[in-house]
Parts: sequence; C-alpha cells; structure tokens
Amino acid sequence: MTTTVSSRIVSSRGVPSAAVSDGALARPVEIRTRSLSLIYGRKPAFLDVSLDVPRHGITALIGPSGCGKSSFLASLNRLSDLLPGCRVEGEIHIGEIDVLDPATDVVALRRRVGMIFQKPNPFPLSIRRNIELPLKEHGIRQRAEIDAIVERTLTEVGLWPEVSDRLGSPALALSGGQQQRLCLARALALTPEVILLDEPCSALDPISSGVVEDLIASLRGRYTVVIVTHNLAQARRIADRVAFFWLRDGAGRLIEEGPVDAVFDHPRDELTAAYVRGARG
Amino acid sequence: MDRSIPWAALSGGRSSTSSRSADRLAATCVWIAAAAVSAVFFWLLSDLVRHGAGQLSWSFLVDAPSNAGRAGGIGPIVLSTAWILAIALGVSLPVGLGTAVLLAEVTSPEAIFGRLVRRSLDVLAGVPSIVFGLFGNAFFCVTLGLGFSILAGGLTLACMVLPILIRSTEEGLRAVPAEYRLGGAALGLGRFTILTRLLLPAATPGLVAGVVLGFGRAIAETAALIFTSGYVDRRPESVFDSGRALSIHIYDLAINIPGGERNAYATALVLVMILLLTNSVASWLGQRLRGQHLHS
Amino acid sequence: MPAHRPFTIWSESYRLSRRVDWLLLWSLRLSAIVSGALVLFITIFVVAEAWPALRNIGVWRFLNDASWYPSGGADGGTFNLVPMFVGTLLTTAGAILLAAPLGVLAAIFRQAYAPPGVGRVYRWLIELLAGIPSVVYGFWGLVVLVPMIARFEPPGASLLAGILILTLMILPTTALASDAALESVPRRYVEGAAALGLGRWAALHCVALPAAGSGIATGVLLATGRALGETMAVLMVCGNVVAVPASLFDPVRTLTANIALEMAYALEDHRSALFVSGLLLLLMVSALVLAAEAVDRRQTVG
Repeated sequence: MTTTVSSRIVSSRGVPSAAVSDGALARPVEIRTRSLSLIYGRKPAFLDVSLDVPRHGITALIGPSGCGKSSFLASLNRLSDLLPGCRVEGEIHIGEIDVLDPATDVVALRRRVGMIFQKPNPFPLSIRRNIELPLKEHGIRQRAEIDAIVERTLTEVGLWPEVSDRLGSPALALSGGQQQRLCLARALALTPEVILLDEPCSALDPISSGVVEDLIASLRGRYTVVIVTHNLAQARRIADRVAFFWLRDGAGRLIEEGPVDAVFDHPRDELTAAYVRGARG
Repeated sequence: MDRSIPWAALSGGRSSTSSRSADRLAATCVWIAAAAVSAVFFWLLSDLVRHGAGQLSWSFLVDAPSNAGRAGGIGPIVLSTAWILAIALGVSLPVGLGTAVLLAEVTSPEAIFGRLVRRSLDVLAGVPSIVFGLFGNAFFCVTLGLGFSILAGGLTLACMVLPILIRSTEEGLRAVPAEYRLGGAALGLGRFTILTRLLLPAATPGLVAGVVLGFGRAIAETAALIFTSGYVDRRPESVFDSGRALSIHIYDLAINIPGGERNAYATALVLVMILLLTNSVASWLGQRLRGQHLHS
Repeated sequence: MPAHRPFTIWSESYRLSRRVDWLLLWSLRLSAIVSGALVLFITIFVVAEAWPALRNIGVWRFLNDASWYPSGGADGGTFNLVPMFVGTLLTTAGAILLAAPLGVLAAIFRQAYAPPGVGRVYRWLIELLAGIPSVVYGFWGLVVLVPMIARFEPPGASLLAGILILTLMILPTTALASDAALESVPRRYVEGAAALGLGRWAALHCVALPAAGSGIATGVLLATGRALGETMAVLMVCGNVVAVPASLFDPVRTLTANIALEMAYALEDHRSALFVSGLLLLLMVSALVLAAEAVDRRQTVG
C-alpha cells in the first residue's frame, strides 16, 4: 500500500494535472471535467467541479444527500438534458468526445457511457427484449448476433444460469437484485467504455446488494466506473479513487478527491475528515 | 396506506344530546336520499328489462325492421351504428393520441401552447351535442357535400369524443414512471422508440379507458346524429348512405310511431346492455393490463 | 438526479438529429393544432351560419317579436326566441335545484355513511347511470313519467316532467363530482374534527363540506352546462309548445328542442335563426366551463 500518496484538496481555481499520477497505478484520464456546474432554473445543484477520472478504474462519489453527486453523474451522459430548465456549464471530455458540445451526438455518447440507477428500471418487456431493444436501436439486427450478446452479457452479470430457460418471461417478475443485474447486462450489451452507477445497491436487500457490489468490483480493469454511494464501507471496498462532495452555500461542491486510502486515512480537509470519521464511528 | 376517513368512528360515544339528535336527523336524511335515488334508478332499469326482455332474440338483432319499426328487428340499425362508431373512433383515435402525447410528453405543463390546447379541449368537452349536430350539418353535410350520411355522422361524433380520448390518454401517459424515460434515454434510445416501445404500451390502460368512454358517449348520442347521419332505416350500402343509429331508432319509435313502444323498449335494453358490457370488459381489461404491468 | 422532477424525452436540448423524431414531433403538433382549433372552428362555423339571421332579423326582433313563426322568412315571419330561452332556463334551474342537493347527499352517503361494500355498489350504480343514453331517459320519461303526471294535471308533458328527467340525467354528474371532492378532503381535517369531539354530521357540515366546496361547485357548474345543452330528454317529455309556461304543469319548449324539431325542414333565415340559438347555447356553456375552471384553479392555487 502506498501510504505516501496524498489526496488533493480541490480549490476553486485548482486545475489538476493532465494525468492522474498520484495513484498507485498511473492511468490515463478517461473523463475530465473543468469548472462544471449544473443549474436547475436558478438553483445550482453543484458548482465548479473539476475532476479527472482515470481509465478503467473505479471512482466513488461520496457525500451527504443533496450535494449534487447524482446530478454530476447525470451531466456526464447528458441525461440532465431531460430536465426542462436545466443548464450545464463548464467542460466535460470523455475520451475524445466533447460532451457539452451541442453538435455531439448524444445517442453515440450514451452508447459509450452506460448508466445504472438507484431503483432497478427494467422495461416492462421480456428479459430478452430488454437487451434486444437497445441493440436494435443501435443497428444490431442479426438474430444470431443478438442471441450471442444476450448470452454473453447475462453470463457476465451472473444471471445466465438463473434465467436462461425463461428469457421470454417478463423482466419485472425478477427479484430486485436480478433486475439490477439485468439493467447492468443491458448497459454492457452496448459495449460501453464508461459505466455510471447511481447508488446501485441502496434499493436492494443486503444479499442482492453484495452480489451487485461484487459484480461492480469485477468491472475494474475493463470499464471506467463512476459510482455514487452513500455506503462508505462500500466505497472503501471497491473504489480506487474517491471524490467527496459537500453542500456549501446551497450548492454542491467537490471538496477533496484522491486515492481511496488517502481520502479515508489521511483526509486533508476537515469536512472530509469529519465525514469519513462520523460515518465510521 | 389507508386513506379513507373512518367516518363511522365519529358517531357514537358520549356526545351531547343536541348534537346526537342532529346526527340522527342527518343520517336519516342521507339514507332516505340515497335510497330514493337508487329506487328511481332501479325503477328505470327494471322497466327496461320488464318491457324489453320479451322482444329480445337473435332475430330481433339481425332482422330488418318492418311496419315502420313496430315489428321486425334492428339488424340494419345495428350495422349503421357500428359504421358510425367505427368512423368516429377511427378518426378521433390517431388525432387524440397525437394530441395526448404532445400534451403529456412534449409541452411542459406551464407552456402556453399546451395550456391553450387544454383549455379549448375543456370547452369542447362541454359543447352541447345539438351544437355538434348543427356544426356537423353545416360543415360535413353541406360544406363538404357529404349529405345525410354515415360518414358525416361519424365525423361529427369524432369531434365530440376527441376531448374524452385525449384526457384519458394523457392521464395514462402521465402515470408512466419517469424511470422508463430515463432508462430509455440512458441507453441511447431514440424518442420514437421510447414512445412507441415503452411509453405507449405502459399507457395502454388509460388509452383503453378513453376508448371505452368515447365509445359510450358516441353510442349514446342522438341529438348530434339527427341531422347528420339521418333517419333512413335501410341497410346502408356504403358510408355515403344515410343510416339510423340505435339511439335515433329509440327516439323515432317513441315519438313518431304509435305502437312502437315495445320495440323501443327492446332497443333501449340492447343499447344499455352494450354499454354495460363494454364497461365491464374495459374495467376487466384495465385491471388485467395494470396487473400484468406491475406483477408478472 | 431527483426523480420527482418532470422528465421528458423532448426537453433534450440536442437537435432533432433523426428524421423520424422530426416527423414525429410535427405530426404530434399537427394533431394538437387540429384538436385545439376544433372548438374555434366550430364556433366560427356556427357564427357564420347564424350571421344572416343576425343581420336580416337582428337581436331586437329575437327578443321582441310577437311570436315564433319563422317559416315566413325575415320579412314575413316572427322570431321571438324568449319563450324557448325561458324554457331552457326554467328546466335547467329546476333540475339543478333538485340534482345538486341530491347529488351531494348521495356522495355524503357513499363517503360517510354507507358500509364499504354498499358504497362500492352505490358508486358502480351511479357510474352506470351516468352512462345511460339521454334518449333512454327521455323515452322512459315519456312512457312512465308523463302519463303519471297527466293523471294529476293533464297534459303531462310539461315543465315538471322536463325538470324531473333532467334531474335524473345530471344527478350522476353532481354525485360523482361531489364524491371526488369529498374523497380528496385531507384525512387530517376530519381527524382534527374528531379530536375536538365533533359528531359525524358536525364534522361533515363544518369541516368536510366546506373543504370540498369548490370541487362540488365545479361539478354543479359542469352539470348546469349539461342540463342547458341536453336535447333528447327534454324534447321527449316537455310537450314543446312555444309559450312561456304559467305553471309547472304547462308544456315548454327549450332552445335545444327547438333546434332538433325544426332543423329538418328549416331553410334560409329560419335555418340561420336556429344557428343563432345554437350560438347562444354555445356561449352559455363555454362561460360555464370557463367559470368552473376558474373555481377549480382558485382552489388549487389558494
């Protein structure tokens, strides 16, 4: 363990270096935001967030409710567009894509950036159709190819042995944990590079939650994962890096971010220290 | 959560004598009023059954009327009614669906255009059927040159049922969980796909309810049809022929044909039975669809 | 992302990249324009058809002519619409006076007095009655009610028969609206009343009914609109004599019945005069609908 590595206190003008080099494994940056703000009407959800997310690592966003973590996540795949009266300012780059450029094709963007929500949201269709629908939308129409993808992704999320004999049955008949894994399979079917998870375990029972958590941990090294979680123990277990958000003057701010051990064991900011300690003790 | 108010718990106990007697008086009045209302309606329904059921038979439903409707059946009239309804729903359904989708999914509740459309639909829903009849006669029969025809009658009724269809479908769409829109968008699905594959199927109960309500309103309508689809009780050859609806048949037998009463009763019974049947089928279907949606 | 906010798939700020989205949006807009403009279109048509009569005959003669004898045309005929207007007002007012209290009582019964099973059946019954065609009510009034009244006071087909049948017709409307209004009274209001030791009637009278007041008023206004516009039921039981009635047992003719009776053979100025009465109905009903909405809105805002 690299105890010498320290976390970074994010000042409002702070601009991180181009590569995330303070981690144990230096990785190229996959997601880069600069001075990112999201405002609903006149009320800011978060302001001035500059964050680098390394490629193929797991980054956890922690902090109390209402401090803009979920909104931050939703701005990364422009899902915030769905909210009338919502404005996003600043810069987001995912790979070579300039996310906030109005000319950016959001359909292509969302194909590369999958998203899982707090409440499992399979469509009221069959298990198979849940995966097939987005595939067809993205131009994959060969039945054999679709079948192969359905089997591969369901296997990847460990659902294949449980549902392979009833792919035609309604997805809403699955248990909550199974539904969440189906949602993950559905996202993986589009071979994304980035996966955004918005408290994916918090609506599940402890056992399903554990299964899904293991699954998320297994994505490391293959996908760039950003996960919002209120469960600090979970963040500690699965994340490589942690970003701590806090509500200040009515708007969410990024307070501190860095490798998971640094943030948890040697937080630089008092707020961070209090938060991780409070949640521990 | 049980939202219903435990009214019964409010009576009883040791309240003062004066309020207790007021309670008793009020309870008596309420029960009498409720009983009177149901009694009158049972009287009406039992009259229909008593006088109408005797004439009902398969041949009554399929035979042509004879002796100006005093004898024979209502075959051609059932056919004309079906044509009028098919046109009314066939025309109003696509327009109503489109409007409902626009109101529920595209315009925000505060937008001026949506508010205008909603307000004008509310007024449209209140327009008296005789005024629809006047309009239908002036526009469809005279201006468009359709004359007294099943087509003119059906189009007039289409205007009439439009607000009902729209309101119910819009409510159905608003009841669809936001997760489907979010989930669809997060997977990069296009609007057309989200709408046709996710939202509309999930809104089917509202749509079905709207169609049934519109059907009920249309099949019950008389005044709007008198001078649009006309009186002719022959079997229509095409939608450009005049055709007599069931409700007009009842009116004609009751007012213009001495001795037409028995068949008027029977026709009224048929009409009420159709309404009852569609309503039951719809509520059964609605429950089934909703159940499927939530559980299975 | 807060899930309670109104997500819509159309508020996405990105351009309509796909042709199918663009087509879809415009076909939706087109259908909404058609639906929204329909009531305007109907009004324009009715006004256009009524215009010749308004020009050739004039409002003054609709109010002051000696009688209604319209087949003579603008020059030879007479066009007094007042008896029909009075007939419409009297039947509507009578029906509302009966149906509003009865409807409220029926709703109170279902909400506060009926055992749950009975309440469900009762609501089902009222819903069934709301769907019964007006021509069936009219027919039943004609063969049952009118002969009964005739036994007391011939001819039977009368203002009274019209009021009674209209009452039956709009009773479901007032009952269902009052029922919905009472149902939406917050539970805590009534619990507060119970905590103060109020009895059932006092809680209803002092708390629940005032809270449900605007919902009930909206329902009554809409029911008034229905009664004003109702044609078949009154046409079949009112006797249709063009005269201001002197008693409840006199026959009357309403504006709607007048249109239904004469439209089939009316020509030129006569036909146009019928459109004038249609326009009058349209304006009265629109005013009622807008008033009902104003009441409803004031309640939701305040």
